[in-house]
Amino acid sequence: MTPGERFTVAEAPAVTPPPAPARRPDRGTRTQLPSSPWLFLAPGLLIVAAFSLYPFLSTVAHSFTDARTLTAGQFVGGANYRELIHDAMFWTGLRNSLLYVLGVVPLLVMLPLLLAMLVQRRLPGITFFRAAFYTPVVASVVVVGLIWVWLLDDRGLINALLEGLGFGKVGFLSDPWLLLLSAMAVTVWKGLGYYMIIYLAALANVPRELHEACAVDGAGAVRRFLTVTVPAVRSTMVLVAALSSVAAFKVFSEVYLMAGPTGGPGGEDTTLVMLVQQVGTGLSGRVGYASALSVVVFVLTLGLMLLVLRANRKEDA
Amino acid sequence: MSAAVQREPDRRAGWARAGRRIRRWQLLLRYLLLLAVLALTIGPFLWQLSTSLKGPGEDIYRYPPSLLPHRFTLDNYAGVAETIPVWDFALNSLKVAVTNVLTNCAGAALAGYALARMRFTGRKSALVVFIMAMLVPVESIMIAQFVTMRELQLNNTLLGVVLPGCIGAMNVLLMRNAFAALPYEVEEAAFVDGANAWQRFVRIALPSVRGTLAVVAIFAFMGAWDDFLWPLIVLSDQSKFTLTIGLNFLHGTFADNQRLVAAGTVIAVLPLIVLFACLQRSFFRGVGEGAVKG
Repeated sequence: MTPGERFTVAEAPAVTPPPAPARRPDRGTRTQLPSSPWLFLAPGLLIVAAFSLYPFLSTVAHSFTDARTLTAGQFVGGANYRELIHDAMFWTGLRNSLLYVLGVVPLLVMLPLLLAMLVQRRLPGITFFRAAFYTPVVASVVVVGLIWVWLLDDRGLINALLEGLGFGKVGFLSDPWLLLLSAMAVTVWKGLGYYMIIYLAALANVPRELHEACAVDGAGAVRRFLTVTVPAVRSTMVLVAALSSVAAFKVFSEVYLMAGPTGGPGGEDTTLVMLVQQVGTGLSGRVGYASALSVVVFVLTLGLMLLVLRANRKEDA
Repeated sequence: MSAAVQREPDRRAGWARAGRRIRRWQLLLRYLLLLAVLALTIGPFLWQLSTSLKGPGEDIYRYPPSLLPHRFTLDNYAGVAETIPVWDFALNSLKVAVTNVLTNCAGAALAGYALARMRFTGRKSALVVFIMAMLVPVESIMIAQFVTMRELQLNNTLLGVVLPGCIGAMNVLLMRNAFAALPYEVEEAAFVDGANAWQRFVRIALPSVRGTLAVVAIFAFMGAWDDFLWPLIVLSDQSKFTLTIGLNFLHGTFADNQRLVAAGTVIAVLPLIVLFACLQRSFFRGVGEGAVKG
């Protein structure tokens, strides 16, 4: 994910090019480099076609075969999809991925907004705070995962503090449910700064006068937040909801690092993308079956995004 | 009427006074909150740094925990390098990240310029191709990419790590928006003067979109340096590992030596934090600019 995802792809302004001047004779001293639009586009189109669009089509094609890493495989119709329905691991993965969305998205819509409001005002040292709050975004998810494994370990800092305060140890990494919650907390922690920046840009466009007028009318901070800030950044909130739900649904690294490659004992914490990686890679990878799983991931991701956007439109009506 | 006129200034004065008073303790509250969030966001990094500096004689599990190492040592950093070739991994990561920056900046700028500033048949279709590519989640095509890499015999090579993301569709669209936002007049003179598209691109358009280019570069570097899932799939030979995969390996093999793991994570995250600290001013400005335009 890049912050660019929030840019709408607006159609180019209709600029009428100036009338082409009558072709002048080349002055000859300047070497004319090639400038066909297709030469400009070629590298990008080539990479995108070879490593995004072709793999997508071949994923769909593979999902109807029993291909393995080393063998091409035969057409098997919908067998992979039928197997999927009866695969307990698939349902576990789907459950965990959906729970992840439910747990993470509300927090990632609200907390970064509050954080953005906190760092919005130009105060001495505020640029330092902004940059510091962004640090978890900059760090690799592997680093973040390892740091939190160390913090949440039975012998880690958080359990040491809990014990010192007279609570018992909490098995953040051993209980399957607590582990999933811990991973969610880490995802939220890592995402805060990223969405904070998006909100910061949106807040910059809220006219101050609105707040002032509201304050003159005697509205308190909470009321001003609800009647001025929230409506002004609503479209940004929807965008953050869409981006964060798609990202949460595809979670891999946090759970992989905290629960282990197979998703903990019995694979209880496996997510859908972890399942794709487990099933489809390696020398004996079941490429066909993993492709069917991938298609399901794709369809559900798209559905999730449409759902968020649609919920938004309904509220507007 | 007269009562209302009299009350009005009173109330305003009262509000202003209250406002000022609130602002003062609000300021204090604000800074307290800022510090609390600061502790929450960079505290875990500091704890990791502290663990990596604690000597073998020091109990890292003791209570109460201490943030400052009592037996300060840098041995753990040497220890990581003895356990895994951490500097080789870092070099691999650096190669991948630098290549990713160069290809993304060049490829996305070229394609973005053509989409924004050149008229030709097929322009809309080319745009649609990039938009479609952007909508396909990497996670749902990684198995096919893995198979493709096998067919190209690029599995287990750094080239295989770089290729799929070397020109991101999102970056192309970002650059396109940046070029489209430039006023056409800047290129007009050069156009009339007979400069071809390449010359207008290099000499006039490209220098005007440095902000967006910087954002693309930072994200390309971060994306490549931090990526975990794709290198994990492509690379199998330890000598080709990038830092993130190497760290995961370190974690799996020497989970008990927390000091080494901590030192490894510091090695992985420090360059990026330093880089970001140096570039953060232009980064935040670039992101802000883009958002206002978009």
